[in-house]
Amino acid sequence: MNILEYFELVFTDYTLRTITLGTAVLGAICGMLGSFAVLRKQSLLGDAISHAALPGIAVAFLITGAKDTNILLLGALVSGLIGTFWIRGIIKKTHLKTDTALGLILSLFFGFGMLLLTFIQKQPNANQAGLDKYLFGQAATLVESDVILMVLVTAAALFVLLLFWKEFKILLFDADYTKTLGFNTKFIDSLITFFIVLAIVLGLQTVGVVLMSAMLLAPAAAARQWTNRLGTMIFIAAIFGAFSGVFGTAISASQNNLSTGPVIVLVAAVFVVISFVFSPRRGLLFRHLRFRQNRRDLKLQKTLQFMYEIVKTHDSISHPHAIRILNNFQGFTKKSLQEMEEKQWIILSGQEWSMTQEGFKTAENLYNQPFPND
Amino acid sequence: MFSLGFINIPVLAGKYMKNKKIAIQVDDLTVAYNYKPVLWDIDLHVPEGVLMAIVGPNGAGKSTLIKAILGILDPIAGSVCIYGKPYEKQRKLVAYVPQKGSVDWDFPTTALDVVMMGTYGQLGWIKRPGVKEKKASLEALEKVGMLAFKNRQISQLSGGQQQRVFLARALVQNAAIYFMDEPFQGVDATTEIAIINILKELRKAGKTVVVVHHDLQTVPEYFDWVTFLNVKKIATGPVKEIFNDDNLTKTYGINYKVAVNK
Repeated sequence: MNILEYFELVFTDYTLRTITLGTAVLGAICGMLGSFAVLRKQSLLGDAISHAALPGIAVAFLITGAKDTNILLLGALVSGLIGTFWIRGIIKKTHLKTDTALGLILSLFFGFGMLLLTFIQKQPNANQAGLDKYLFGQAATLVESDVILMVLVTAAALFVLLLFWKEFKILLFDADYTKTLGFNTKFIDSLITFFIVLAIVLGLQTVGVVLMSAMLLAPAAAARQWTNRLGTMIFIAAIFGAFSGVFGTAISASQNNLSTGPVIVLVAAVFVVISFVFSPRRGLLFRHLRFRQNRRDLKLQKTLQFMYEIVKTHDSISHPHAIRILNNFQGFTKKSLQEMEEKQWIILSGQEWSMTQEGFKTAENLYNQPFPND
Repeated sequence: MFSLGFINIPVLAGKYMKNKKIAIQVDDLTVAYNYKPVLWDIDLHVPEGVLMAIVGPNGAGKSTLIKAILGILDPIAGSVCIYGKPYEKQRKLVAYVPQKGSVDWDFPTTALDVVMMGTYGQLGWIKRPGVKEKKASLEALEKVGMLAFKNRQISQLSGGQQQRVFLARALVQNAAIYFMDEPFQGVDATTEIAIINILKELRKAGKTVVVVHHDLQTVPEYFDWVTFLNVKKIATGPVKEIFNDDNLTKTYGINYKVAVNK
């Protein structure tokens, strides 16, 4: 099956449609909530939470003995929340810094989870196989009820987001100030964190514990490059996330069933790279081009300024001067003089130049230029 | 007892406070981060309508005092009253300008948007700012001379402009009391003058302004009230009466006069 066949099949094949829809919705909610994590500088919190969810899955299985997805994810949710709670506690109660607390909880919970997984594998229970799919995820196991759950959570998250939009925004920007205005910052904060944990847990089945944080961060980091507005950023992040899901599934399904989770994450990474290089304002490419253009302009302007000082001493602006009197000034070349003529700042004739009205005016106002983008 | 009081309370406060209400009343405020107290048993009565500087060395607890008054930090002990009622009930009378460095200026938002945040407290939960709030925010931006920059992304503002945006955000709160944490830090002379003029206008309008301030030279020029702080409160009162070498020496732990004139 190649990619084109895949996109034909998506609309007819039930399984393919379910998986595609699931990964798309997952990408969207992760992009949306990931924006909050990125802006709060809690990018790694997602990583710690997803790793912290693993022992919950194992414990849920040990208790129930069944591989019911919803119960396993409930276990993941509980253990993810405990992990988050501990991280906060460590940061608050000890001198340890955030990164240390995150690393500590991440490895501790993940190690414990792996321990439980190997223990479960040694059990004489035919049912145990396949729990390790939560490490890297397996989109193929998505069924309709999973997708419905994802859609419901996404809808709830969207509703809460719109309802508390103003509160979320101000908390993200300035938490202390929010408190002085009388808002319960703990409540707003818990709400954001709860939904982030929920999104992570939902993604475990598809993307897995190890790569889940990339689903949160990549679309948000990419989206930040394209806009300076919070709402737009979250919207773009959701779109990027959804497309990563769809394209990731398409590629994985059409290429001999490559593992879906990693492919989705790689597609998201492509969005990041493209955004970092090509976004018009913050992108590396255009920033570099602007930088070079500015330097060229500045060189011309400096030459113009030097000429202006000479011209100023004469009665007539258009009085011609020999080019060689510019020799004291190192910044000009034949080419730059031609460029200045193209800009109609000066007129060249033989070995002489004279300034135009336009050039004089420009030189006069060089230092009073308005800021671009205003 | 009566006569003793008469002798002990010198002209200080007396003539200033006779007819003035107490805007901010802090009693027994103590704050500690770990074991070491950062603020020790602070009593502070600030009369309405003064422009007060809080001065003291680094680590004296100046910012902490403001944050504890505003409930950003939990004090170990003590109470804060605004116009005679507990602070929690009077939040709407109080506006806050945090230190410029306390937020991430690369946040995806515009100058106008930041100023609008000043209206959120009045709006309360869920309700969104409307035409009225936008108008007030534009007016505040104009007052600080930043109207032309209203749609600028905040990371593209200079340090002084960012400080003005923060000031505008507090102005739009239309409060009775303003707390400002080092509003003059890292701003140029033009901005400093613009800010101090706004603060003086606020005082003229009967508002009370409390400013954490570092530049001792400008205290007599800018402020009419001053509090010396170094973990404990050293002194508080009118600049004319208590801003002297004695209190400066007590606060900064050096012989101030000698240190300055050497």
